[in-house]
Amino acid sequence: MADFDFAFLIEVLVGGLLSGVMYSLVAIGFVLIYKTSGVLNFAQGAQLLFAALTFVSLVERGLPFPLALLVTFVVMVLLGLAIERTVLRPLVNQPPITLFMATLGLSYVIEGVAQLLWGTQVHALELGIPDEPIDFHGVLISQFDLFAAGTAAVLVGLLSAFFRYTHVGLAFRAVADDTFAAITVGLRLPRIWATVWATAGVIALAAGLLWGARLGVQFSLSLVVLKALPVLVLGGFDSILGAIVGGLLIGACEKLAEVYLGPYVGGGIESWFAYVLALGFLLVKPGGLYGQKLVERA
Amino acid sequence: MSTLACKTLAHSAPQAAPLAANVPQARRNWRQYTGTALVLLAAYGLVPAFASPYWLDAILIPFLALALAGVGLNLLTGYAGQLSLGTAAFMAVGAFAAYNFNLRVSGLPLLGSFVLGGLSATVVGLAFGLPSLRLRGFYLAVSTLAAQFFVQWALTKFSWFTNNNASGVIDAPPLVVLGVSLDNPTGRYLLALTIVVLITALVARLVRTQTGHNFIAVRDNELAARVIGVSVLRTKLLAFAISSFIAGIAGVLWAFVYLRTVEPAGFNLDRSFQILFIIIIGGLATIRGAFFGAALIVVFPLLLSRLGALLFGSWFDSGVLDMSQRVVLGVLIISFLIVEPEGLAALWQRLLKKLSWRPHSVA
Repeated sequence: MADFDFAFLIEVLVGGLLSGVMYSLVAIGFVLIYKTSGVLNFAQGAQLLFAALTFVSLVERGLPFPLALLVTFVVMVLLGLAIERTVLRPLVNQPPITLFMATLGLSYVIEGVAQLLWGTQVHALELGIPDEPIDFHGVLISQFDLFAAGTAAVLVGLLSAFFRYTHVGLAFRAVADDTFAAITVGLRLPRIWATVWATAGVIALAAGLLWGARLGVQFSLSLVVLKALPVLVLGGFDSILGAIVGGLLIGACEKLAEVYLGPYVGGGIESWFAYVLALGFLLVKPGGLYGQKLVERA
Repeated sequence: MSTLACKTLAHSAPQAAPLAANVPQARRNWRQYTGTALVLLAAYGLVPAFASPYWLDAILIPFLALALAGVGLNLLTGYAGQLSLGTAAFMAVGAFAAYNFNLRVSGLPLLGSFVLGGLSATVVGLAFGLPSLRLRGFYLAVSTLAAQFFVQWALTKFSWFTNNNASGVIDAPPLVVLGVSLDNPTGRYLLALTIVVLITALVARLVRTQTGHNFIAVRDNELAARVIGVSVLRTKLLAFAISSFIAGIAGVLWAFVYLRTVEPAGFNLDRSFQILFIIIIGGLATIRGAFFGAALIVVFPLLLSRLGALLFGSWFDSGVLDMSQRVVLGVLIISFLIVEPEGLAALWQRLLKKLSWRPHSVA
């Protein structure tokens, strides 16, 4: 190990952490909905795909960038409201597993509609951010990853502030804490859920644009949810902080494992490593990193 | 029906109630057995005589394989309450293990390799069922995804499993049982049917035994189950073991009898979801639900493609068909969860009740 390339290790680590931020971004959408309505929204990935596909198709049809963004924003909010009205409201008071399966069905619907509307071909998404690596003391860091991480950080900051300092945020927290008490003091649950789903749609838009610029806008974009699930398991479904730390941890470990462990087992371990990592962690510490609802675990 | 009759009678003549309540129960059992016998008679007698090879190969055999997988998952998710998103992984283990046993152990009869395939799936299922001892609900569901991705990765990465075949797609061995070649549509159908009937009968028996009741007890209230002396640990692992054995056999049927090739790509996450959809649409915690659900899942894409071609002509190409299938399937799932959470099995039950010519004067 005399010729161990330390700079390369740092490079891999930083790359992993930055892609971890991208995982966190998706995971936060999950946490937001889980916290307030107890639903594990599997359709988050489909919403992400829908947002990216709509945006890209509008831009390709000649709409200017800001206008396309605005239209997609409105579409995502409307989609969130529609989901709440047609799927969530009739299923109020059903067990969480039923709600989860409904979002599974929902993800099929959204994926199908998105591709029926906009076609199935792969679109390139150019956000105007140069994807040249910066040389920082011999460590190459992708500029795009930095931008994505910055966006995610801003988004997380905004969300935290929103939860802490606004009336709506307070209502969100009240509903998350105790739904019945929240109803008793006069909070209108359907309206709050509608807001939450609309917000989750907007997060899906941000995540969809960043992931779409990274991977190309195509069907496989909706599989990003599968990257976010281990992050949630690790960080706890109800903790925004957990989503961030879990995302960073999984991003870093995954990249390190792929680079240093992968060659020994034939590579391609990215598809399952995060899951095994999260699983192993939970077996040792079933509470997860920041999970609060110990009821859900043995 | 029977409880209603029991209640009404209990008011007028309490001492007669147990006897009177027993009669509809017995009649219902009798009706149920007649129904099963009729279905079996049709499946063994009428279908091989009248069904075309297309029907047997393209509709009935995949229907049987998927229904069996549904029965397996229903045992785990419907009865024991452990949500699994990794059914296709256990199917894949079954198929590939059966292939390798058949290939590498000379003189092993085909059915022997089927059973060994199922047992291999059991071992893998137990390993991935272990987290269920400490995790519940979504946390468990997500951890079963680990099985899905790990198994698929292992089967594609290590070419030993596919006998170093360059394409990773391997032909299934000829189907010879007890010296009789079953390599024709009717033979394949009868082989699949017999295996499915045997396993389904065993499962139908199992859910009525103490073990089956333990599954339900653990599903409904783990703490209460523990209090009344059910070993939660043993019950959960048993559910995983039996369920993955059945899924493994279903995988063998899918690969050996339906597709005639063994490949990892057929056992992806979409397949796992498909099996889950089968039991949601069919009805959780029912045996016949898996069959109803599988029938719908197999038939509806065919109907949709015919209907689409009829309505939209050439615009309705395979891409559009694929996407509309997703949409319709998703809508179906959501509608069932909202309108009829107990699935097609409950609808069927209600239909039978409506069609029943028995006078309702007792109630």
